[in-house]
Amino acid sequence: MEKGATHIPVLRFGEVYKSLDTTDLGKVLSSGNDLEVSVANAGLIRRDLLSIDKARNALFAVPTEKLLEYAEKASEIYLDGELPFGMDGEVQTVSDYVSTLSRLTGLPHSLCRGNMFKVAAALKNMRAVISGLTRGLPPSLFDSGCARLGDIDINYFSTANSLGVTLPSNSPGVNSLWLPALVMKTPVFLKPGREDPLTPYRIIQAMIAAGFPKEAFSFYPTTHEGGDAIVLGCGRGIVFGSDATVKKYAKYPNIQVHGSGRSKVLVGEDQVDQWEEFLDVLVESVSANGGRSCINASSVLLPSRFDEISNAMAKRLAAIEPRARDDDDALLCGFANPDFAKAINDAIDDELKTPGAVDLTAKYRNGPRLVEKFGQTFLCPTLIACSDPDHPLANTEYMFPFASVVQIPESEMLGRIGPTLVVSAITESESWKRDLMGSPHIDRLNLGIVPTNWVQWEQPHEGNLFEFLYHRRAIQSKSQITA
Amino acid sequence: MTQTVTQTNPIETARAELDRYTREMIAWHFSADTGCPYWLDWAKNAGWNPLEEVKGFDDMLKFEAFDDAVLRDTDPARFIPNAYAGKPYNVFETGGTTGMPKQRIGWEDYKVDYSEFSDNYDEDFFQKGTNWLMVGPTGPRRLRLAIEHLANVRGGACYFIDLDPRWVKRLIRDGEFDMARKYKEHVVDQAITILKNRNIACMFTTPTILEAIAERISLPKAGIKGVFVGGTTMTPQYVRFLIEEVLENQVNFAPTYGNTLMGLAISRKLTPEDNYSLTYYAPQPRAVLRIVNPDNPDELMDYDEYGRVELTTMTKEFFMPRFLERDEAIRRKPCEEFPWDGVGDVRPFQSEKKNVIEGVY
Repeated sequence: MEKGATHIPVLRFGEVYKSLDTTDLGKVLSSGNDLEVSVANAGLIRRDLLSIDKARNALFAVPTEKLLEYAEKASEIYLDGELPFGMDGEVQTVSDYVSTLSRLTGLPHSLCRGNMFKVAAALKNMRAVISGLTRGLPPSLFDSGCARLGDIDINYFSTANSLGVTLPSNSPGVNSLWLPALVMKTPVFLKPGREDPLTPYRIIQAMIAAGFPKEAFSFYPTTHEGGDAIVLGCGRGIVFGSDATVKKYAKYPNIQVHGSGRSKVLVGEDQVDQWEEFLDVLVESVSANGGRSCINASSVLLPSRFDEISNAMAKRLAAIEPRARDDDDALLCGFANPDFAKAINDAIDDELKTPGAVDLTAKYRNGPRLVEKFGQTFLCPTLIACSDPDHPLANTEYMFPFASVVQIPESEMLGRIGPTLVVSAITESESWKRDLMGSPHIDRLNLGIVPTNWVQWEQPHEGNLFEFLYHRRAIQSKSQITA
Repeated sequence: MTQTVTQTNPIETARAELDRYTREMIAWHFSADTGCPYWLDWAKNAGWNPLEEVKGFDDMLKFEAFDDAVLRDTDPARFIPNAYAGKPYNVFETGGTTGMPKQRIGWEDYKVDYSEFSDNYDEDFFQKGTNWLMVGPTGPRRLRLAIEHLANVRGGACYFIDLDPRWVKRLIRDGEFDMARKYKEHVVDQAITILKNRNIACMFTTPTILEAIAERISLPKAGIKGVFVGGTTMTPQYVRFLIEEVLENQVNFAPTYGNTLMGLAISRKLTPEDNYSLTYYAPQPRAVLRIVNPDNPDELMDYDEYGRVELTTMTKEFFMPRFLERDEAIRRKPCEEFPWDGVGDVRPFQSEKKNVIEGVY
């Protein structure tokens, strides 16, 4: 290994493999070393997929109850442990992880830690997660394939020999999505985002340290071709990306695509007059996690009180200012690529030339939207008040606290929202709740005064992973099948 | 003209031979009784006389970079040397995914190139007397006849599976990835059928197809002893992967860099110090590869630096001075086996700056 470089290798069924192709992520480590990452060629991945049975066999050798215990234990190790990192017996402390992750992704330390807690909670609450996904079926289902519910034998079989995931870099918490697959005895093939190889690598090390068989984890920093090899070669795939990514993979039923969330807060006529009570929820929905998540609200729909609510929101959002990455009160993320921030800023200004929308935060903000501070490039929170509900910025999502606020009669809201990952509907109206629950456009529905980023462990996030990985089969016998 | 070569340094000897050969080729191509109409007409308007001014290879810099559009727009018959008038010839093509392909005519060059290539490998590398399978572009390409000639000079026969790279590139360009995968599967199915039912010990194919075949069968277990590949970029990691995993460390591996316009550049034998980085050497003096400054092709890059690949081909059948390839590579030093400059880690020109469709078949 070159002097002054720490190398993150490929993991092939848990075995370290150092590729000769590498990406240099620069001097981002607390040690002052460069961080170098192996780049797996696509053929290597395809070849490994031929041996997937050894990963499955390793998982099937461990009872599910044990795997659940391992997940709970992994939660603590992930949060506090010194874990293997690099090729020469190096280890990574939590503070190394947080500071490096911050340098790579622009997330302030506070949000890095926030995302760590999210991943750790997903591991800690694995029983609740699995129970939520299976609607309360016993975990032994994953050992025998059978369970008994009342008087009925239920048989599920695995439809996927492996789960391939190409991960993004914008928000480390997204890794919580693939964790239940391991308890469901499905090996994972992971492609980390370019700027965040750290999080999946640390989670894997924590899970192995907790007892999971290492063969269950394959980790490939790789090219786009390698990413395709993963999601097209694994039995099931999950991809994160833009609308273009959604389009690219739309024809593959075995690939679940997580594109733009376009999450929204919908305020009912019955509650709008109490807006001061839920102003915090509106602001949090837009700004939590630096606005980086697909579950951040990118639009707030109001039936009335437009000027008061939008101005109050704008004032609160504008008060969120860039701070140093190690400031405990930091809420905004810097952009790893400053050009990307500039391009977004220009795009917003271009769209604002179309009549019917105004940047309401501009008048409350202490300076421009694009700010260079503390050695980083930031985009300050931006709330666009749209008098025209069809304005291009009315339903746009960006990777910072950005949202539109639009006035629409309650009766028209569901007809206009389009595909939406999370809706927080602030209403007590039973008839409107029924309409909301009947909407085909909403993936996750939060009812009441809760922010869009609220997570309830028993509820599946973005599609049910169990239903994605397992299929129910009719099973019949003249005697009882399951004890 | 004769000249006694007295140098003992192999690099100087090779250089002197290149200078001598250059003069011979200039004399051939710019003399009315042997040259072709295209170059003889060119010389009338060039404003300088290659016969007088080219005294060695360095003087080839007096030619401007060859514009390959000429090979698309000009009737190939204008390239027939007068010395070969009336002799039937082959027309070979390269490119052509869209519009006219480039065309080169030839008689015996492909045989000379591939006989020389064969001489570079001992009896066991590509076991003599055994049969070959070529899975690659046939049709109007020189490669089809060349590989068959190679098999024949080594005492074997050659089986063929056709692969149409123009169609594959079009599928990729149009985003028809499923169809491209299906086509690859179709090609691989045919190759495996031949491998299972005929006695084959040597193969030519592209790296991607080689990988795909090896995902279905073990090549050493199928009896393959030697594999010759060419066609796409091979990074050191990729070379290592092919040797260690695809060929299971049991099959002789001959990567090459070449095309219809050059012939074959052979890779020097890998040593541990190379760390799987390939270096190719042109079949000098018949073809010369230089690594030049992309902004000033008159200037050679320093050793171990990337630059654009410039090709000069000089045979009696074909003359093409200073063609700037769509590739870049590292300028590497001469070695014992090939005492002239080599080109290392070839990749598409400016591939760091733009997406290039390659390595798809």
